[in-house]
Amino acid sequence: MKKVSQWINKYLFVGVFGIFILISQLFNFAGGQTITNNFWLFFKEMIIFLPFMFILIGLFDVWIPKAKIEKHIGNESGIKGIVLVVLLATLQAGPLYGAFPVTYLLWKKGASIKNIFIYLGAFSTLKIPMLAFEIGFLGLKFTLLRTIITLPVFILIGYLMESYLRNKNFEIKQPN
Amino acid sequence: MRILTIFVLICLVVSLVFDRKKTFLGIKKGWKMFLNILPTLLNVLILVSVFLYLVPKETLIKWLGKDSGVMGMFIAAVLGSISLIPAFVSYPLAAILLKSGVSYQVLAIFITTLLMVGVLTLPLESKYFGLKVAIMRNSLSFVGAIIIGVLIGIFI
Repeated sequence: MKKVSQWINKYLFVGVFGIFILISQLFNFAGGQTITNNFWLFFKEMIIFLPFMFILIGLFDVWIPKAKIEKHIGNESGIKGIVLVVLLATLQAGPLYGAFPVTYLLWKKGASIKNIFIYLGAFSTLKIPMLAFEIGFLGLKFTLLRTIITLPVFILIGYLMESYLRNKNFEIKQPN
Repeated sequence: MRILTIFVLICLVVSLVFDRKKTFLGIKKGWKMFLNILPTLLNVLILVSVFLYLVPKETLIKWLGKDSGVMGMFIAAVLGSISLIPAFVSYPLAAILLKSGVSYQVLAIFITTLLMVGVLTLPLESKYFGLKVAIMRNSLSFVGAIIIGVLIGIFI
């Protein structure tokens, strides 16, 4: 029962939209027709393409030993530390707030303030599975350009955060 | 998109050759993620369909198109900062907006703020870093996103 109600909850808005389409068909509402056409056009384009993308993400997830990499990351400093946190970040998946617990772990292991914020920047904008998505929908040129421009921007943010926080007793806490 | 599809198929075959069990696990995981994201995706598609009907193309281009300038960038940055749209959904959405006349520059800012700035997740973020640092990170990312957009506008 719980599953059914969850399902209804998830697709409630879609159902309302379906009813709206039916009603606008019945009353020959031209606007409804346009909206339906819009929707159908977008939907067709996505639905063929998306399952492939998610298969790629699923494969990525089972083949990349994330836990292993995480173990080796922490207090390396300098360029090597930056490269490693960026690499780790690009292998992850999920929304930004999923990265906060990881920053806590990195902090515990001795990562620098700079690398913590570089990790957040890379996590939010350079995840490899997401880049595949971006290439598919917005093209290779846009994706490459955005990636190349974004990288120095959040590295700079990392440096700025560190230079401000260095002597300010900054710490990352684990919320309970 | 066709090249990417071929790429996925090649990955799939290679993965099957190496480890059949792992491959099926991966497909299952991917499929689950797809089903998870599907309602959100459909909802966004519906909203965009209605939005593009209500807002004439000329208006959209005027506010968010190539010549929308500072105003377009500002709208994109604010929308991206306050929205909680999963990245998986933001790219299809951006593709639709692109076809409707929204510029690459505006989309770059929208996507970057969407990914890096989270006003709604600020309470959660400040539990880890403290409110002041969380606000700092978000503000710097906001400015960074606009710089990224301006540069993309120059190059594309």
